[in-house]
Amino acid sequence: MSRFLNFTKTIAPVAILGVTVGCGGGDAPAGGGGGGDAAPAEMPFDVATAGNISGTVMFEGTPPPPEILDMTSEASCAEQYDGDPTQSFVTVADGQLANVFVYVKEGLEGMDFPVPAESPLIDQAGCEYLPQVLGVMTDQPLTIRNSDGLLHNINASPTVNRPFNVSQPVNMETERNFPAPEIMVPIECNVHGWMSGYIGVVAHPYHSVTSAAGSFDLSQLPPGEYVIEAWHSQLGTQEQTVTVTTGQTTEVSFTFSEAMAGAEVPLGEPFDPHEHGPAQDGIGRVSE
Amino acid sequence: MSTSPALFLAGAMVFPVLLSAPALEAQDLERGQEVYEQWCASCHGAEGSGDGPAAEYMLPRPRDFTLGLFQIRTTGSGELPTDEDILRVINEGMPGTTMPGWEDELPQADREALVTYIKTFSSFFETLGAPEPLELSGATGVSAESIAEGRIFYDSIECWQCHGQAGRGDGESAPTLEDAAGNPIRAVDLTKNWTFNGGSSVEEIYRRLRTGLDGTPMPSFSDLLDAGFMTDDQLWNLAHFVRSLAPEEEPTAQEVIVAGQVLPGEVPTQVTDESWDGVESFYIPLVGQIIESPRWFDPSVDGVWVQALHDGTEVAFRLTWGDRSRSPDPAWLEWQGWVLNAMEPKEGGEIFPGPRPDRLTVQFPPTIPEEMDLPYFLMGDEQEPVYQWRWSSAPAGADKATARGLNDVQSLGSEGLTSDAQWEDGRWQLLLRRSLVASDPESELEFAIGQSIPIAFFAWDGDNSEEETRGSVSSWYFVHLEEETPPSTYVAPLFALLLTGGLGVLVVRRAQRKEHEDGVWAVSGAKVRPAMARGFGLTVGAVWLVFASIALRNSLSGWSEGYSDIGFWWGVIAAFLTIAGIVALVGTARHRYQGPRK
Repeated sequence: MSRFLNFTKTIAPVAILGVTVGCGGGDAPAGGGGGGDAAPAEMPFDVATAGNISGTVMFEGTPPPPEILDMTSEASCAEQYDGDPTQSFVTVADGQLANVFVYVKEGLEGMDFPVPAESPLIDQAGCEYLPQVLGVMTDQPLTIRNSDGLLHNINASPTVNRPFNVSQPVNMETERNFPAPEIMVPIECNVHGWMSGYIGVVAHPYHSVTSAAGSFDLSQLPPGEYVIEAWHSQLGTQEQTVTVTTGQTTEVSFTFSEAMAGAEVPLGEPFDPHEHGPAQDGIGRVSE
Repeated sequence: MSTSPALFLAGAMVFPVLLSAPALEAQDLERGQEVYEQWCASCHGAEGSGDGPAAEYMLPRPRDFTLGLFQIRTTGSGELPTDEDILRVINEGMPGTTMPGWEDELPQADREALVTYIKTFSSFFETLGAPEPLELSGATGVSAESIAEGRIFYDSIECWQCHGQAGRGDGESAPTLEDAAGNPIRAVDLTKNWTFNGGSSVEEIYRRLRTGLDGTPMPSFSDLLDAGFMTDDQLWNLAHFVRSLAPEEEPTAQEVIVAGQVLPGEVPTQVTDESWDGVESFYIPLVGQIIESPRWFDPSVDGVWVQALHDGTEVAFRLTWGDRSRSPDPAWLEWQGWVLNAMEPKEGGEIFPGPRPDRLTVQFPPTIPEEMDLPYFLMGDEQEPVYQWRWSSAPAGADKATARGLNDVQSLGSEGLTSDAQWEDGRWQLLLRRSLVASDPESELEFAIGQSIPIAFFAWDGDNSEEETRGSVSSWYFVHLEEETPPSTYVAPLFALLLTGGLGVLVVRRAQRKEHEDGVWAVSGAKVRPAMARGFGLTVGAVWLVFASIALRNSLSGWSEGYSDIGFWWGVIAAFLTIAGIVALVGTARHRYQGPRK
């Protein structure tokens, strides 16, 4: 087995203790201006009036075949796969597209929402990010776990938030947060160049990542009209205007297609570095 | 007298009002901008985006200040640097990059104004306010144990993934590393601490382990302390271990490579022969070839260590240099593409990644020049060609060649030249061996013992896309095949000394006896007049002093060439001869003929 087994055994309890007791402390990066002040304890509207959005993201055409990864250097990761280790960013089952970040882009301006107490988790297991795509609310603690027990570094390169690059050479957890909304914050591991993940940071709790069945839910929204955006790391973005009515669930569906492969995907908020305002050309970085 | 204190007081009260903080800052900004535009903008760009006209010739690229991302800080991962952090980089530069230090070039006030101005390029400085430095502990003591424990953590937290098992920057992940702007970035070779971006000391190494190098793949290890995986002392020991991988001092080039002489037949034939271990190593720095087009601004090989031996018949060189891969290595093919994209388009050379070998060339003039009339160091020219040994990793082997410029190199075949090479843990070692006598004296150098022979070096790292004019070069140095110093060198003068001394004593004793017995000096029964005896004594004394001066010259040249043992023994001989000569001269001169004993 791994040469780190001994370390793992010894350290895991200590690490977990350390995380429980001591983390979330001093190193949390401060953000660039966009974050709100102290979040309110309650929802800024009468929840009895809420409605829901529910939907599916479809994929038309043939998805690219999964990429075969050379994991010979990390046998303990490779053995977690049946056959050759593979990775796919366009994950389609029965025409449904997974790992699409869907969120309310417009329509909630001026409302301050409480930060959810739970801490979403990104796990590094089998030398990949699980999940690949994840949403958090601004200032919400995000837990990054290493279950592989071998060296990963988490190199986050946002544009409006501050970056971080922390080392996790053993089974351990690290907590970070992002004070400013940002679609999306890329994370990567420089030890394993194939590892890429994306974190969507929004100023409210209405975000969702499509499941393996391509479905998403945005629940308990105030009634009103919203612009919903669906973001995919390879296929780009789509928007729809959706009306939410009290007590109802509005169905929405997005369709991405094979032809969109290689689309320019916005990554990081478009912003002018000198002004920290919207960039004049409206384009931030673009994913590779 | 009575008004001036009042005026002074009034001035003291008004002065701070006139130059309030914003006013001072505005002055600072104005001056900072002037200095920036004069000295910094050509690399860092007028807008601070790291894209000045010279930036394309640099890898790593100049800092893009608009991102608010800084490698060398005293603050946590992802945080802004303090003003002192920025000032330190301006003062000291960034070793291992093209960024020089400005401490001796610009006045303190200008450098401080620069800090103020540079911070205006990113509004993070405004929105986030002044960052707090990490509280860093003091250094722990260094010992064999602390270094050994540091090695254990180097292994367990997998520093080798990027930096390699021996620390030479050749880890498995090394060819995949890119910086925040998507440019290729090398895992630093830990055995060359003088190329460390943020300083070479153990304190600076520890600090970087805590802060990480933002914008690069190098992460912060502070979370490991928080998680209780390692103690602060253990992290210090890791820093001690990393420091121990590099020599105490940065090596400096020496003009002359000395090839020591060994007994006939004992010139090593293998690059791994243990007899190399005790042979002195000479460091030759190399730089990118930036004279002939296409030029090369991203050289991989920055120096070669040279050892040399000869036995009077053959000469062998062992060359050792850091190289992150054994080219051509498919794992580095993508890296080649990145490097070429970053560096080459402006130079118009071959920009396709491909299987290129590692190469090393040793260059001599075809004949030992009379004066200091050397061929052009960049592989000679039409009038004055050079003679070369060209080694390649694939197909493995070496040949001899005549070059008349970088693009005119003719092979002379490989007859008489043998090579043996080994790549291990990010390092090539290469042995090149040839007889002193040339197989074709018309075009090949005849090595002469005891003379200074010009020598120069070229290196290409194939996996860094290097070939032809894209490579590293040195200027001319010299190799000196040490003259034979057999044991008789030391014995002969001693023997001569004893012999002359003994004969002298014998002659004097007999002469004295005759003098007492017969009132005349006699040597071997022949009568000698006192004047002749005096002349003999004076001559012996003078000859001894001449010998003494020769011994003294040998002694001094021994010392100056670094052979303290030879210098010492010749010194002893010189002292003996001097004393003997003086005694003989003075004794003879003072001797008065006293006639037969009464």
